[in-house]
Amino acid sequence: MFARAAASAVVIVTLAAFDGAAAQPANQPPDTMAARVEACTPCHGNKGEGTSDVYFPRLAGKPAGYLYNQLLAFRSGRRKYPPMNYLLEFLPDPYLEAMAEYFAGEHPPLPQPAPSEVSKEVLAQGELLATSGDAGRNIPACVSCHGPGLTGMQPGIPGLLGLRAAYVSAQLGAWRYGTRTAKSPDCMQLVAGHLTEADVTAVAAWLATRPAPTNPAPVPKGTYALPFGCGSQPN
Amino acid sequence: MGSKPWITLLALAAFTTVAQAQDKTSDIIARGEYLARAGDCTACHTAPEGRLFAGGRAMPTPFGTLYTSNITPDPETGIGKWSADDFYKTMHSGRFPDGGLIYPAMPFASYTKVTRTDSDAIFAYLRSIPPVNQKNRPHDLRFPYDNRQLILGWRTLFFREGEFKPDPTKSAEWNRGAYLVEGLGHCSMCHSPINALGGTSQSDAFKGGLIPMQNWYAPSLTSNREAGLGDWSIKDITDLLQTGVSARGVVYGPMAEVVHNSLQYLSDEDTRAMAVYLKSIAEPSPPPPPSSALPTTESSLLISLGKTVYDKSCASCHGIQGEGKPPHWPPLANNQSIEMESAVNPIRMVLNGGYPPGTKGNPMPYGMPPFAGLLSDNEVAAVVSYIRTAWGNRGTPVSAREANELRSAPLN
Repeated sequence: MFARAAASAVVIVTLAAFDGAAAQPANQPPDTMAARVEACTPCHGNKGEGTSDVYFPRLAGKPAGYLYNQLLAFRSGRRKYPPMNYLLEFLPDPYLEAMAEYFAGEHPPLPQPAPSEVSKEVLAQGELLATSGDAGRNIPACVSCHGPGLTGMQPGIPGLLGLRAAYVSAQLGAWRYGTRTAKSPDCMQLVAGHLTEADVTAVAAWLATRPAPTNPAPVPKGTYALPFGCGSQPN
Repeated sequence: MGSKPWITLLALAAFTTVAQAQDKTSDIIARGEYLARAGDCTACHTAPEGRLFAGGRAMPTPFGTLYTSNITPDPETGIGKWSADDFYKTMHSGRFPDGGLIYPAMPFASYTKVTRTDSDAIFAYLRSIPPVNQKNRPHDLRFPYDNRQLILGWRTLFFREGEFKPDPTKSAEWNRGAYLVEGLGHCSMCHSPINALGGTSQSDAFKGGLIPMQNWYAPSLTSNREAGLGDWSIKDITDLLQTGVSARGVVYGPMAEVVHNSLQYLSDEDTRAMAVYLKSIAEPSPPPPPSSALPTTESSLLISLGKTVYDKSCASCHGIQGEGKPPHWPPLANNQSIEMESAVNPIRMVLNGGYPPGTKGNPMPYGMPPFAGLLSDNEVAAVVSYIRTAWGNRGTPVSAREANELRSAPLN
C-alpha cells in the first residue's frame, strides 16, 4: 500500500518535472538536441549535411550504430583527429548515442555530385572495383558490404554517398596506414590493405560522382549477408 | 537434542560476526573507492581503452614522456605484493617500497597530507579490483632528467612531507575542505605557477599558472581577478564542482577532466566543504589590472571589429550584453576567466570550442562550437579583445599573433 502510494508520488513528481521542461523559461537555451550539437555544426553543417570543406564528412542519415561507433572511437582516441578527440573526451555513452540518433534521423537532401577531376579510364576502374571488386587481389566490391545502392546497412555500415572524393580517399589512406582502425575483425583495414594508391583515387572519385538514390536510407539489418566477418556489424 | 539450539545460536553468532566483518570490509572498500575518486587516481593510472588502473598512460612533460604504473593487485606487474604500510609510505614520502624515488608527476607532495586511515581504505579498494598482468612501460625522459637522483634536488626545494594538520581556529567543515583540496584533490598541481624545475613552490600555492604541455592556463584560486571564488555564492561553487556548469561559469579543458573523473562523485557535504575552503582562500583586495600592451588606436580598431564578429557569431547564445543563458550558455560579462591577465583560455575557447563534462547533474551538456576554421587570427583577436573589455569587463586586448600561436596548441 505504502509502496504503491510512493510509486504514485514518484509518477506525479516525474510528470511535474516533464511539465516544467515543456514550460521552459525564456532565459534558458532550447531543450533540444539541435541546440546541444551546435558545437558540431561549423564543420558538419546545421543538419549534418556537411560544409564546403571537402575533408569534413556528411553525418546526416548515416546509420546511428555507425555514428555511435565513430563517436566512441574519437572519444577514446582510437580514431585520431584532435579537434574531435578534444570535443568528445568527457561525454558519457548515452549522450553520444543520442547525438548519433539525432544525426541519423536528419535527412537534408544529398548534394549534387561534383564534376570529377579524373579521367574516364580512372572512373571506369573505380566503378569496376566498387561494383565487382577484384577477386584476384582479394578485394571485395564496395557494394558487397555497403549495399547495392551504396546506402549502407543498419546498424553499423555507413552509406558512401554524399561524401567528397578527398574525404573518402583520406579515410581509405588512413585505413591502409593503420591510423584508422575499428573493432576486430577490422574488415575495412583488411580491404584497404589490398588497395593501391591508384585504386583509392579511382574508387573515391567514382563514388563522388554517384547521383542521389531515390531512397537514401540505409537498408535494415540482415538485408544481405556480408562476405566476411566485421567487428562493427555484429551478426 | 537439548544442546542443539545452542549450537544453532552459536553458529548464528559466528555467522553474524563474519557478516559484520565482511560488512566492515566492504564499507572500507567503498570508502576507498570514494577516496580514490577524490584523488582522481584514474585520470593517470587508466589508459584510454585500457583496463582500470593498469597504467600505461603516456604523460607528456617538458622533460620527456612518463608512463604511468600498474596499480592493480597483480603480484608480478602491479602492487599485489605491497602491504598497507608500503602503500602509505609511498603516498606519504614519494618513495617506492624499495626506497626508489618517484617522479613528482605523481602528486605525492599533495598526497603526503592524506591520513593513514584514508590511505589504508584506498589500498583496500585497490586490492579489491581485478588484477591486470601488464608490465609497466619504461619512461622516456631526456638526459639529464632520466637520472632519478635529480629528484632529490626537487624534493629539497619543493617537498614538505607530513599529514594534513587541521587549523583549530577554523570550522570542521573548513578543515575538511582544506584536507580535500590540499591533499587528495591535489589542486595545486595545476593551480600554481610551475617553475623551470617543474615544481610548485609552497609560497605560490594556488596562485595559478600555465599548465606545461597543455597550454591551458590554470587560474589562481586565491585571486578574485582569476578563479578566486571570494565573491561567488557557495551554491555556484558547488554547482561548478559537481555538475561542471554554474550561473557564473563553466569548466572546460583540463578542469572538465577533473570534474568528469573526480569531483562529480563527491558527496554534497564534501563538495560544500571544498567550496567553503576555496571561498576563504581568495584574496580580499586584488591588485589593479595591468595596462594594455597594445597601442590605443590599434586596440580601438580591434575592438570595433570584435563587436561586429561578436554580434554576428556569439550574441545568439551569449547575449548582446554578454549575459548568456546560464548555466548552459555561460555569461561573458563579469566572467573572471575572460578578464584575467592571461588570455590563453578565452582565445582557446574561441578557436577550439568545447563541451563541459557530462556529469550526473548535467548529463547532456551544451557545447561551444570551434571557430578556428571560421575566423581569421585578426577576427579571433578582435572578438576576444571585445569580450575582455565590453560590458564593464576589465581585461586587456590581445594581438592576432597571440591568437595565431594558440592555433597549434595541443588538443589532447
